[in-house]
Amino acid sequence: MLRYFLVRLGQSVLLLIGVLMLVFFMVRVTGDPARLMMPRTASPEDIEAFRQAMGFNRPLIVQFVDFFSGALRGDFGDSLHFKTPALDMVVQRLPATVQLASVGLLMAVLVGVPIGLIGGFSPGSAVDSVGRFLALMGQSIPNFWLAMIMILVFAVRLGWFPSFGRDAAHSVVMPAFVLGLPVMGQLVRLTRSAVLEIRGEDFIRTAYSKGLEPRTIYTKHMLRNVLIPLVSVVGVQFGYMLGGSIYIEHIFSWPGMGQLLAQAIGWRDFPLVQTLAVFTSVVVLALNILTDLAYVLIDPRIRYGE
Amino acid sequence: MASEAPVRHADSLLDVERTFWHKLAYYGRFLWRDRGGVIGVLLFLTVVIAALFSPQLAPYPPLEQHLRDSKTPPAWAEGGTWDYPLGTDTLGRDLLSRIIYGARVSVTVGFFGVLIAGTLGMVIGALAGYLGGRVDTTVMGAINLILSLPYLLFVVFIAAILGRSLFNVILIFGITDAPIFARVTRGEVLRIRESGYVESAIAAGARWPRIIFSHIMPNLIGPLLTLATFEMSRMIFYEAGLSFLGLSVPPSIPSWGNMLSAGRQYLTAYPWMTTFPGLAIMLTSLGMNLLGDWLRDVLDPRLRRARG
Repeated sequence: MLRYFLVRLGQSVLLLIGVLMLVFFMVRVTGDPARLMMPRTASPEDIEAFRQAMGFNRPLIVQFVDFFSGALRGDFGDSLHFKTPALDMVVQRLPATVQLASVGLLMAVLVGVPIGLIGGFSPGSAVDSVGRFLALMGQSIPNFWLAMIMILVFAVRLGWFPSFGRDAAHSVVMPAFVLGLPVMGQLVRLTRSAVLEIRGEDFIRTAYSKGLEPRTIYTKHMLRNVLIPLVSVVGVQFGYMLGGSIYIEHIFSWPGMGQLLAQAIGWRDFPLVQTLAVFTSVVVLALNILTDLAYVLIDPRIRYGE
Repeated sequence: MASEAPVRHADSLLDVERTFWHKLAYYGRFLWRDRGGVIGVLLFLTVVIAALFSPQLAPYPPLEQHLRDSKTPPAWAEGGTWDYPLGTDTLGRDLLSRIIYGARVSVTVGFFGVLIAGTLGMVIGALAGYLGGRVDTTVMGAINLILSLPYLLFVVFIAAILGRSLFNVILIFGITDAPIFARVTRGEVLRIRESGYVESAIAAGARWPRIIFSHIMPNLIGPLLTLATFEMSRMIFYEAGLSFLGLSVPPSIPSWGNMLSAGRQYLTAYPWMTTFPGLAIMLTSLGMNLLGDWLRDVLDPRLRRARG
């Protein structure tokens, strides 16, 4: 098992090297990173001065070694907009995004799993129909549009929630809901099909035939087998939410990493964009490994690599 | 595909002769039983027709300005007129016409994006599945890792660098979406290779062109077509998102995302400018998801049984 996780860790490190190469070469793919990062109105002299200052005129290999060794030390250069270390700016924004994704995930689990369970135990019931509708909508509604419609209805017309920012305690409700809706739909779907599948298993029939209480069968035999696989789904989804909140944070002016990314692109602050990409990748990959670990600890049947 | 009767696949329609018309009728009956599928097909056809025949269908050219009629609400609202059924934007351009033309961007991105991603992915996946061993482990390990990266973030990053053009957007989706096609293709190739009928065909003396074209390919089409539908819907979604951030087609081209982005600042005063383009994205996506669900049921007989 240890071996499996060492392999996973090694693969993730390899992937991160790949990510570093990607973000390094991506800003150079148009041929002139200085022009890419300067405003369109900048004069040729300004661009040349910027090129000198950033060291873009040095040989590519020197630049790469410089970038790479900096990254290893946690130094991604300064943000062009803030003139401070880019990594600091990104780390500052992490708590807001984590809060948003956590609340969104909590909503998704609290609503999605029970509806999926009921749907699986009584397919075709009213709750099941609601669940299937929810799953379909979660898949089909563009989150940037839903965000705007919710602002229009619940903030402007009804005045229940603030339309932007993170000042009030209930500011998080609308953005978290929008971020969590697709996950909610997916959880409904997965829980439902897991229940349907497990109801037909031999050990369930055995449990019934040896005269166990239905309640015991539900909680001990079914629920556990249904819920444990969801742990890994929830972990992976949390990672997706951390990296997928760009539009939602942009629209709700939620001061997290997603909003920072949208702003950094507007400012052409590519050192900041690069840092965001690498940092988010590290967080997501770490989360995936932790999820795997948690999964092994909960489910005794799984022993990787043995 | 093989329309001559004697070829009987494991998933054959049993007593029905497999001619083209019989198959069509059979799928048609299946479609009728699945109301979601009907809605999906209708929505999908509507969008494709809107994209193909925009000039004939749209009441106005999409860029034509009627400044005197700017900010007209939809026809059924107070102050609206049937001259502009869905209202106009701040420059007095007809929203209905712009939405009809906007379908062109979405359909183009979805179609060519899936075409590129599907071709690339199929080649990679088929090779990995066919060669097996080291190559397979390495390629699939890499693909699983790549798929665990925050997709949206990298798409936004790359789009911001390459600049606003339809070609760039298609290229980005075509490349970044290939791993999913590779994974599914590889899984199916393995499954088919292990299945009894390929073995029997080899035993019966069939040579590789026959095995690939009449045993493996027909069985790949179902899962890949289903995947293509879902992926197309996802690309349409992501294209609109990129447009919304100002990273897709230039603002002069009417696209649903561009319209949403332009309407955003008038959200409270003129909500119809954001409502309708958003509805267009949602209905398209809904239609393709329903179509995909239905295709999965029809093309995969194993699931057909499970559904009852």
